[in-house]
Amino acid sequence: MFKLYYTALKSLAVKETNRYLRIWVQTLVPPVITTSLYFVIFGNLIGGRIGEMEGFSYMEFIVPGLIMMSVITSSYSNVSSSFFSQKFQKNIEELLIAPVPTHVIMWGFVIGGLGRSILVGALVTLISLFFVPLQAFSWVMIIMTLLMTSILFSLAGLLNGIFAQSFDDVSIVPTFVLQPLTYLGGVFYSISMLPPFWRAVSRVNPIVYMISGFRYGFLGVIDVPVLWTLIILTFFIAVLYTINWYLIETGRGLRS
Amino acid sequence: MSYALEIKDLEKTYKGGVKALRGIDLEVEEGDFYALLGPNGAGKSTTIGIVTSLVNKTSGSVKVFGYDIDSDLTRAKQQIGLVPQEFNFNSFETVQQIVVNQAGYYGVPRKEALIRSEKYLKQSDLWEKRHVRARMLSGGMKRRLMIARALMHEPRLLILDEPTAGVDIELRREMWEFLRELNASGTTIILTTHYLEEAEMLCRNIGIIRAGELIEDTSMKSLLSKLMFETFIFDLDTYENKPEITGYSSELVDETTLHVEVERNQGVNDVFKQLSEQGIKVLSMRNKSNRLEELFLKITEENKQEEDNNV
Ligand SMILES: Nc1ncnc2c1ncn2[C@@H]1O[C@H](COP(=O)(O)OP(=O)(O)OP(=O)(O)O)[C@@H](O)[C@H]1O
Ligand SMILES: [Mg+2]
Repeated sequence: MFKLYYTALKSLAVKETNRYLRIWVQTLVPPVITTSLYFVIFGNLIGGRIGEMEGFSYMEFIVPGLIMMSVITSSYSNVSSSFFSQKFQKNIEELLIAPVPTHVIMWGFVIGGLGRSILVGALVTLISLFFVPLQAFSWVMIIMTLLMTSILFSLAGLLNGIFAQSFDDVSIVPTFVLQPLTYLGGVFYSISMLPPFWRAVSRVNPIVYMISGFRYGFLGVIDVPVLWTLIILTFFIAVLYTINWYLIETGRGLRS
Repeated sequence: MSYALEIKDLEKTYKGGVKALRGIDLEVEEGDFYALLGPNGAGKSTTIGIVTSLVNKTSGSVKVFGYDIDSDLTRAKQQIGLVPQEFNFNSFETVQQIVVNQAGYYGVPRKEALIRSEKYLKQSDLWEKRHVRARMLSGGMKRRLMIARALMHEPRLLILDEPTAGVDIELRREMWEFLRELNASGTTIILTTHYLEEAEMLCRNIGIIRAGELIEDTSMKSLLSKLMFETFIFDLDTYENKPEITGYSSELVDETTLHVEVERNQGVNDVFKQLSEQGIKVLSMRNKSNRLEELFLKITEENKQEEDNNV
């Protein structure tokens, strides 16, 4: 059985990977262009006038957040659109009839999200090297936050894909929820700069914890305690995983 | 005898209240070639959907080679290959990617899957197209792709939901030949169709579904013997006196078209003789090809009579 599941997972991972590589113009290029523009505008042109943030140049300060932003969007939209379009094309039936457990289906999609977001994250990092040197305070923290965030948003995208009834439904959450939360999550500023009230409000935004943890990995500065970053990530992953598992297992929107 | 498929009292009510299946009992023996026949909306695809776990059943039980889909789903799934009624592959993937990945979902390692893909794609005449994206295939090729895909894990039970819809006559014959060989080599096959001819050509046993009920479950032979009469259509030349046919039930549908019901063993010679004697020229003759319709009428009538007798 284990061998069957392993082979099935590999096939699904290959399928998902092929998908985002096949449409690389839509999946890999846009985040690279967007973040490059951010680097140029905020880092180079405006950043010089902003001065230092927590002891780093503004450019250095925003790089981790920008990488994180592209990781979040990439993982989320990869899984939500892949799952939804498979549902839409009835292609998901290939998986539903096969002896593949729900866990394997879920990890197959998550691997797709992970792969694409890591690739995009790496490309963005590469581009950042044209502007600032790479520094890593804690590789462990960089990798852990990266992987966990990517898994979290892959699962969130999966949930979106399960509920989506139309292609619009797939783009609503990224535009109206994800993007605002990311912008307000401390990509461009440190939340300790905020007045107490807004600082408190920011703390309900889970993305704050991820960006803070990721930036800590690079620069060693934090907005919120590292432990909290890990706890929040673990918590959301567990919750989303359970909900998704239940919905697929019972066939919500998949089996009539 | 062991069964490839055993369905007991299967019911399905869709959300919204459509009662698609009203208690189906069905057994298909191992090695059988079984046809599931029925008009649109009868419940064929629903039945197949439940067996392949694409549709949740409302009640009843399904066993595939003895594995209950409620308690032994993984094993049950492993036995089945499905060719669905509608195209459901990812049309942006290439032919070979589609079949190789599907094999993977059944635990066939990639290396082995590549070898098998050559075998089954060649058999389906798709090997030349293996690097072509599925959406570029013609309708008939797409259907053959779905058959190849279903065979990749070498299932013991192959279920085909209207496999020959949209396939041209020549290919249809090839497909029939291929399915016959597959059955001869031991694979149990169940197929749904709208064509009695197709079922007649291929299948040993047949079930007829109508409005969610299995109204007939018998061998092909005994079913055909029920079809005691056939309707022939005579195209007549213009005539002076209306034709009168005795000994047959007949109907003049329009000026020059005569329908005559001919019982088995009765022969048509006498019809010609009578028409010749009346000085009417027959321009052409063919048999009315809706035997399925006749069959349904016949069986429904029988059912009615039984019900009436029971009252
Ligand atoms: N997903 C669904 N939701 C609601 N009703 C459905 C659904 N699928 C099928 N039905 C209904 O169930 C009944 C049986 O449909 P089914 O697809 O099983 O028929 P069929 O015998 O396969 O017909 P056909 O020969 O046209 O393929 C029909 O009345 C159909 O409208
Ligand atoms: Mg159908």
